[in-house]
Amino acid sequence: MADVIKKATRESYGEALAALGEKYDNLYVLDADLAAATKTGIFKKKFPERFFDCGIAEANMMGVAAGLAATGKIPFASTFAMFAAGRAFEIVRNSIGYPHLNVKIGATHAGISVGEDGATHQCNEDIALMRTIPGMTIINPADDVEAKAAVEAAVKFNGPVYMRFGRLAVPVFNDPATYKFELGKGIKLRDGKDIAIVATGLMVSEAIEAAKVLEAEGISATVINIHTIKPIDEEIIVEAAKATGLVLTVEEHSIVGGLGSAVCDVLSAKLPTKVVKIGVNDEFGHSGPAVQLLKQFGLSAENIVKTAKEAVAAK
Amino acid sequence: MDATIKKQLEITACKVRLGIIEGVFNAKSGHPGGSLSIADLLTYLYFAKMNVYPDKPDEPERDRFVLSKGHTAPALYSVLAERGFFDKNELKSLRHIGAMLQGHPCITIPGVDMSSGSLGQGISAACGMALSGKISNNTYKVYTVLGDGEIEEGQVWEAAMFAAHYKLDNLVAVVDNNGLQIDGKISDVMSPYPIKEKFEAFGWHAIEINAHDFDEIEKAFNEAETVSGQPVVIIQKSIKGKGVSFMEDQVGWHGTAPNAEQYEQAVSELNAKLKELEG
Repeated sequence: MADVIKKATRESYGEALAALGEKYDNLYVLDADLAAATKTGIFKKKFPERFFDCGIAEANMMGVAAGLAATGKIPFASTFAMFAAGRAFEIVRNSIGYPHLNVKIGATHAGISVGEDGATHQCNEDIALMRTIPGMTIINPADDVEAKAAVEAAVKFNGPVYMRFGRLAVPVFNDPATYKFELGKGIKLRDGKDIAIVATGLMVSEAIEAAKVLEAEGISATVINIHTIKPIDEEIIVEAAKATGLVLTVEEHSIVGGLGSAVCDVLSAKLPTKVVKIGVNDEFGHSGPAVQLLKQFGLSAENIVKTAKEAVAAK
Repeated sequence: MDATIKKQLEITACKVRLGIIEGVFNAKSGHPGGSLSIADLLTYLYFAKMNVYPDKPDEPERDRFVLSKGHTAPALYSVLAERGFFDKNELKSLRHIGAMLQGHPCITIPGVDMSSGSLGQGISAACGMALSGKISNNTYKVYTVLGDGEIEEGQVWEAAMFAAHYKLDNLVAVVDNNGLQIDGKISDVMSPYPIKEKFEAFGWHAIEINAHDFDEIEKAFNEAETVSGQPVVIIQKSIKGKGVSFMEDQVGWHGTAPNAEQYEQAVSELNAKLKELEG
């Protein structure tokens, strides 16, 4: 097997902005003193006149983005997920969500895979928070190819969008030649009959690996990539639940309010089905290398395999 | 200021105050005190200063206005109605179920440039609009009004830093210094003083005026236009509840609606004033 290329989706974000800057002269980028980390620095280097540093002041940055959008610009407000969704939540809700302004929020360093910085910076709550804002679109891309496509889709879409990117380099499994991003549409990566694994973000590649192992052990698993968490693709989830009768959600986010909850919301109303959730279990993270942390918190192909086997056995 | 224009502005401000009372009374809730304290300012802006187009409220080159102290929406709505953005009858259904006029400004209302009401946020949006104008060489100006209690919010000072850093000289912020906030005198609750020196330290050009004197208001806005390379703040010393005798300088009228008797008295006082002005 050829070496798998790995890349952090924050890199994809910065590169996509720089590329789209050529095509869309109305695209502006804001950052809050983290351009080197969020990778908006790539855009800044190419389009310095369209980049505005807001300093360490995320609340104001979100408001400035709202003002830019209210006067016809397409601003990308960028910072870590913790500050974009956490600190600035109420500004995002009231100054961007309520007036439904065309602001794009690029939230990097999401989840436990922030690693060594520890709990204060490991945002496992952002999807839950953003889901509660009416009219907010939430995208959590799985790899470089999907992340870049998502950024372009966000530019083309009129309305507020929250995009979630990671710090850790993750496998690039989508083929840029054939990959097609459709906002609000899940992607079925594998068809199975025993269990449906519904994953998002960097857990999608782990789910694919897990499905291969499960197959070798006689369990046939569907794998669905939900890149758009809101609005969620109800149809693909209901269909997978119908075909397998058992759903396993996998996300690098709290099990409270994230993908797992969104899937439960759909199924409890449309097709009550047993859902097992893998995510961060209502606890804070801690310092450590990202890969080790992911394993420790059960965010790995191994744990997906183990959990899926138990769930199938209990069927 | 030309005496005829000044008289006309005083007449309009009186009508705006009547609209505020009408709105808050019919809503049976809302914020009359801080609305009345900015009635003269908003009258000046919408009738003597800003380029706005009631028949084309979304005209791209219009001047922008953000009511950062959004709870005083009755003042904004009343002035917009008076200026012809929508029917004055709308004021009677302020805050009612299904009404156009929400408790706090909402961007979907004709003439409202930004939703606001959660304190400290409007000035940031105003900064974004001003930055946008600078980027695209637009000629429009951006005006925003903050409460003196509102500037206790940290976000205001993030925005203040931003506006000076990006030299937003197309932005004028007004601090309505009526000295009262819900829990009492601002100097007792959490003093934001000295206001002028604070903004100056943040790189703003600051002007202090009497909020209820159109000559001073005009002079301040004219001075603002001569300032280049920095944002301007006008700190207007105002009287909360201005124009209705029993509401003046009374903290209790921050967020209380008048009862029927108080409504009658307020309306009769303002009508008497109007009659006197119209001579």
